[in-house]
Amino acid sequence: MTGLIDDFLPALMDPDRPVPQGLQDGTGRPAGRRFNVYRNNVTASLIAALEQGFPAVSKLLGAQNFTGLARAYQQDNPPRSQLMMHYGEDFPAFLEATPQLAHLGYLGDVARLELALRRSYHAADSTPLDPAALAAIAPEDLAATSVTLAPAIEVIPSPWPLHAIWTYTMIPGIPKPPPQPQDVLITRPDFDPVAHPMPKGGAAFVAALREGATLGAAHEAGIARNDSFDPAPILGLLLAGAAITGARQG
Amino acid sequence: MSTMMKSLAIAGAMATALAAHSTPAQAQAKEKCFGVSLAGQNDCAAGPGTTCAGSSKVDYQGNAWTLVDAGTCTEIELPAMADGTERKGSLEALDRDLPA
Repeated sequence: MTGLIDDFLPALMDPDRPVPQGLQDGTGRPAGRRFNVYRNNVTASLIAALEQGFPAVSKLLGAQNFTGLARAYQQDNPPRSQLMMHYGEDFPAFLEATPQLAHLGYLGDVARLELALRRSYHAADSTPLDPAALAAIAPEDLAATSVTLAPAIEVIPSPWPLHAIWTYTMIPGIPKPPPQPQDVLITRPDFDPVAHPMPKGGAAFVAALREGATLGAAHEAGIARNDSFDPAPILGLLLAGAAITGARQG
Repeated sequence: MSTMMKSLAIAGAMATALAAHSTPAQAQAKEKCFGVSLAGQNDCAAGPGTTCAGSSKVDYQGNAWTLVDAGTCTEIELPAMADGTERKGSLEALDRDLPA
């Protein structure tokens, strides 16, 4: 029995392996064909999950190339959770480690953006802070104020024009991406996540806020990435995205 | 940058952001609009393993929805149906254009 359990998962993920020894149907006969049907369904469903979860990567690569890559990925990466909407956590790193894709350096970040959109969609609800409460904080106290952010907030730092690549891929008629780096912020103002481009340093600013840094310290984290970093537009995106859920001083 | 300068910078940034937020143009609410999405493009970012990701099978499927600016749903112009009947968006699920 131990042998059967040890053999089962490797055989399930690799069609070149033999059917595990000792697998029987309800009447004690070997269940080789049944296992093959099951194995085929598992593989097909994981490939389909990746196709649904990474539509932009699929469009960038072409459906046929994507299916081949998805098949290779799922053989070595069985789901770690039964929540299929999060399947593919390691797909960005897999894409970056595939030598044939080295000329498409941005693919990993596009996949990270697609994963983050799904995490944001499934994140817990939260109630935004009334902007009046922020306006009521004395200006000289703001730098020492820290804020809590909605669980649906996601940031993806990128050396690529990530947001523009993603919109160019997904929305017909959008102009070609400009050759400049873009960090991406995901907010969820209503029902669905929305991706926004941020200037360089934006991801460091929001990530610092999320870790509990004060506005002053988060500002410095942004400046460390970009000398001319301006937090105003990003605070604007956070306010408009119902993303600031609390504020405390000190 | 001195501590004083940094305080001023962050205070100015917050003031700018709050001022921009209070203008009415920012407060555009969304509504679910049924029957206007193209096949497979209905807004549902839920992903694989869920029941709604890209699940509309036909163009303008009556029970699939997409988010549009509030108030615009019923004004979206759509091509007429094959028999010439006009199509309009709706705030309720529709029974036209359902997949066979």
